[in-house]
Amino acid sequence: MADQTLDAKGLNCPLPILKARKALKDVPAEGTLEILATDPGSVADFEAFCRQTGNELMEHSEDGGIYRFLIRKKAA
Amino acid sequence: MSAEEKSMSIIVTKGSLDWAYPPFILATTAAAMGLPVTMFFTFYGLPLLLKDLNLQLTAAGNPAMKMPMMGAHMGLPNLLTAIPGVDAACSKMMKNLMNKKGVAPIEELRELAVEAEVRLIACQMTMDLFEYSLDDMIEGPELGGAATYIEVATQSDINLFI
Repeated sequence: MADQTLDAKGLNCPLPILKARKALKDVPAEGTLEILATDPGSVADFEAFCRQTGNELMEHSEDGGIYRFLIRKKAA
Repeated sequence: MSAEEKSMSIIVTKGSLDWAYPPFILATTAAAMGLPVTMFFTFYGLPLLLKDLNLQLTAAGNPAMKMPMMGAHMGLPNLLTAIPGVDAACSKMMKNLMNKKGVAPIEELRELAVEAEVRLIACQMTMDLFEYSLDDMIEGPELGGAATYIEVATQSDINLFI
């Protein structure tokens, strides 16, 4: 289980990223954040977000229009 | 390459409902990705800092503005956009559409920009020209002119004019 889950379903660009950034602040270093989203653009955006910020996109998947991302926060 | 080494500035020159989005979306996202961001509000971009926003758009002169309606995309001929109330109706339709599609209101993006410590500079010349004072504006903007912006721009990796 992830340390925290963020429900970003129904939100459009750039809200899933902005809310993920906020949620990550409360996740301990090397802890995990799970994000649920319905924005199809969030796949490319979370990949880019993680490349730029140094957090690790451990996995992402799609099931019935719901995108799930698991991000591991970088070490402090 | 680490994002922390990059920074961005945006000159915000337009204050209609549609044009308010690109600068605030890019500023908040860049800030979320770790970039220091500065927004310089000038001419019609300046009112985006007013406490009370009632953003409007006009379909006049914008052939690309077509709203999804009953399975088709409908635009307005320029002549009809001159009828009183049409711009207000179009603006309301756009806001309803945005709400339905989960697009954040500008007020929310602006709050997130302030929260993310985006540096907001209100163009002093525009303040004088249109007779605004900082009391009319949200908390946070500082005053500056062209030289203030140029200094920021020389230190930024990405400089956008919107």
